[in-house]
Amino acid sequence: MSDRRLWWLFIVPCMLAALAVVMSLAAVFQYSFREFIPGSLQPGHFTLDNFYEIGRPLYFQVIVATLWISLLTAIFCLLLSYPVAYALVRTRHEWLRTLLVILSITPLFTGEIVRTYAWMLVLGTEGFINSVLIALGVISAPLQIMYTTFGVTVALVHFSMPVMIILLATAISHVNRDYEKAAANLGATPLAVFWRVTVPLTMPGIVASTVVIFAWTMSAFATPQLIGGGKVMMISNLVYLQGLSSFNFPIAAVLSLVAFVVAVGSLAVIQPFISRLERRVAQQ
Amino acid sequence: MGKFLFWTLITIILVFLTIPAVVVLMSSVNPTEILSFPPKGFSLKWYVHAFTYEDFQTSFYNGVIVTFFASTIASVVGVAAAYVTHRYKFRGRRVLEFLLAAPLIIPRFTTGFGFLLVGAGLGFNNGYAIVILTHIILVLPFVTRSVYVSLVNIDRDLERSASNLGASPGSVFLRITLPLLTPGIVGGWIIAAILSFTEFTASLYVTSYATQTLPVAMYIYVREYTDPTLAAISSLLIISTTLATFLVDRALGLKRVLAIESH
Repeated sequence: MSDRRLWWLFIVPCMLAALAVVMSLAAVFQYSFREFIPGSLQPGHFTLDNFYEIGRPLYFQVIVATLWISLLTAIFCLLLSYPVAYALVRTRHEWLRTLLVILSITPLFTGEIVRTYAWMLVLGTEGFINSVLIALGVISAPLQIMYTTFGVTVALVHFSMPVMIILLATAISHVNRDYEKAAANLGATPLAVFWRVTVPLTMPGIVASTVVIFAWTMSAFATPQLIGGGKVMMISNLVYLQGLSSFNFPIAAVLSLVAFVVAVGSLAVIQPFISRLERRVAQQ
Repeated sequence: MGKFLFWTLITIILVFLTIPAVVVLMSSVNPTEILSFPPKGFSLKWYVHAFTYEDFQTSFYNGVIVTFFASTIASVVGVAAAYVTHRYKFRGRRVLEFLLAAPLIIPRFTTGFGFLLVGAGLGFNNGYAIVILTHIILVLPFVTRSVYVSLVNIDRDLERSASNLGASPGSVFLRITLPLLTPGIVGGWIIAAILSFTEFTASLYVTSYATQTLPVAMYIYVREYTDPTLAAISSLLIISTTLATFLVDRALGLKRVLAIESH
């Protein structure tokens, strides 16, 4: 078999997969420009009304809340994940590395539904936190954590942390340790080495990972659906409500499109900034 | 002192990461229907209920079918994608790379909803096919990345020697490259299988009652009942995925499969 034929053999399945991705996006795109006909799954004529529709407070508030919750989650994720990623990359004990990898990565693999259910048990009125606090006499009536932005954010930070840890660990593992050793030899304290050498050198990774997590968090559905319980809504919940409960496919399509544009757009917008940071790091 | 503070911080963060799993395990063996801490005894009745509940049985079976086909097909496509993008320069390579990695950043519900529309438009929205197709697209980036890392680390001299000795490009690939890629493929397949079996958001859009997978059945259950049957299933999933993660890490090095060390 020639090299050329090998290429053809391999490119065909890739093209088919790429085509499927394009088709799914094209379908969403196409439906968002069609008129909704109540009681019918078939959309009507071409229209721009759906885009005006999502400007109404009902939808617009949810879009703003989604951005806000995703931003909060990304920031808290960064703060909690960096130390773990750092420990994971830098520990000299193999068993500790294995333990850190398993404890931090496994939640990614148990799936969103298991993790959300687990958080319901932790945060619920009769859940773990309330039971423990009442038993200890700290509080007399259960705290309302479910159905609040705070509760949703806590569970979302947990939802997104494994990915954040993987991304940051990759960034930290690329740091040339000679810079850190040089700084330490010149008398810098470990904390100073960390803040003035390690963190600046991983800054491109930090910015990139935070934006990826921002986009990734917007993907969450089960967490805001069950922990938010209709009181805290994200775009994902609205798409589900409009698409699978009201069968208003055009509105669901516009909202899906907005989420797609924000997720891909935020990564595209930040890319030049990351490249500039990378060049600056390379010059040092 | 600084070291002590650092590890205290790490421990607190790890407790945050692990506490939900621990609470689930505790609730699953608690005999009472309403949560209580500390547990009021030990019982396996929720496990018995989970195993005998018909919707969980069928959705488990559906999940196995979807997972098997999705991760196997994704592995084949993943090998092709990694090989073609690493070894060849051609027009549109960047676009192809972007499209195949895009499902990582496209919101899950957008992908799920998109495939629901595609399935409905092409008239195959009621069977396994649309679920499997959706899962292939979602897990493909993980398999491709895992194979790609293996491919980068291959000693190309082995391929060159075989080629110099007269082997055709096809047989070099089959007899030299592919065997060397095995760890990446196996690691990628396992990760794909775990992600596919536990995939929820997109599955909610593309499954019907007859094809619903386990996470979808679990979601429907938790909206209707509050008893800890779900804690029992969740515990089994937590234990089996932890074990699988551990085994992948032992056998192949999770850092390599997840490409934490990219060189």
